[in-house]
Amino acid sequence: MRRMTFIKLAWAMLIGLPVLCWASGPVDIYQFDSDEEHRRYKLLIEEFRCPKCLNTNIAGSDAPIAQDLRRTVHRLVVQDGLTDQEVRDFLQARYGDFVLYNPPFSARTYVIWLMPGLLAVLAIFVLISLLRRARSRRGLILDDAAEAQLKAILKEE
Amino acid sequence: MNRASFFIPLVIFILIMGIGYVGFNLDDRHELPSALLGKPFPQFSAPLLSDPEQQISRENLIGQPALVNVWATWCPTCKAEHEELNRIAATTDILLVGINYKDVTTKAKRWLADYGDPFDFVIVDADGALGIELGVYGAPETFLLNARGEIVYKRVGDINPRIWRDELAPRLAQLGVSQQRVDPPASGLMTEVVQ
Repeated sequence: MRRMTFIKLAWAMLIGLPVLCWASGPVDIYQFDSDEEHRRYKLLIEEFRCPKCLNTNIAGSDAPIAQDLRRTVHRLVVQDGLTDQEVRDFLQARYGDFVLYNPPFSARTYVIWLMPGLLAVLAIFVLISLLRRARSRRGLILDDAAEAQLKAILKEE
Repeated sequence: MNRASFFIPLVIFILIMGIGYVGFNLDDRHELPSALLGKPFPQFSAPLLSDPEQQISRENLIGQPALVNVWATWCPTCKAEHEELNRIAATTDILLVGINYKDVTTKAKRWLADYGDPFDFVIVDADGALGIELGVYGAPETFLLNARGEIVYKRVGDINPRIWRDELAPRLAQLGVSQQRVDPPASGLMTEVVQ
């Protein structure tokens, strides 16, 4: 009985573990004029990459530059009334494509855009050739001489 | 099955390892292309460190080539490059402008008193707003402007004798900034010897 509860508890902890990983990002206190602005702000800060920390968005980073950029996004949305696209353009003009997790297709970025497609084509090609080979192996046909040889070998056994 | 094809996965594996080895050794953190290269230095208004009543703007930077250095007392690399900035100030007639980035004014003044002041003037960017305009993501960063106030070069990281020799000195020469010929430092990084 006690052992059952222990196992249940262990399971509960195991299943509950991911909840602990719901790390909420740093919390700033900002005023918004409307829920709509708040929603846009939250989506926008998810969208930009922190220039200092390389693999976190500015919503999830506590780096000083990420704080500054969140404050800037807040100012642009609330005070300056910029549209989402204007905010993106603002940051791109200053920090380059690097801050965009969704970089535009250009001479510098075409490799990362085309690579998945190329790999998919390659995968299909490999798959087709594998299937074809498997099918040809299944349909192995022996001529009379080979048939007789096979029987002889089996008889020997 | 062809025996050679057994090695295909190994070859692919080695290829991936190779790309990773080369890729992760490319320390290109400092090579984020500046979106501002070739663009005019942004408009701004910020107080002078020595006299907060006085506002400095973009107009104060144009008319001659200028080296704009973003620094702070909390930044160890800024300490490392300070000596080189002092040397540049002493041996060239470029306008050397400091942006004291997200710093405490009293500390900044003490720093300049202690380690020497290479700057013609220092602008205070207390909250990093000018830094955002410049795409600054860490100090030190240094911008070279031509006389029209356009950014012709940007360095993220310290200014050292090697950067001076390879990147800055040729560009300053191109911009027509006169440079005194200097005796090579003891470290031997500058190989030119004056007879």
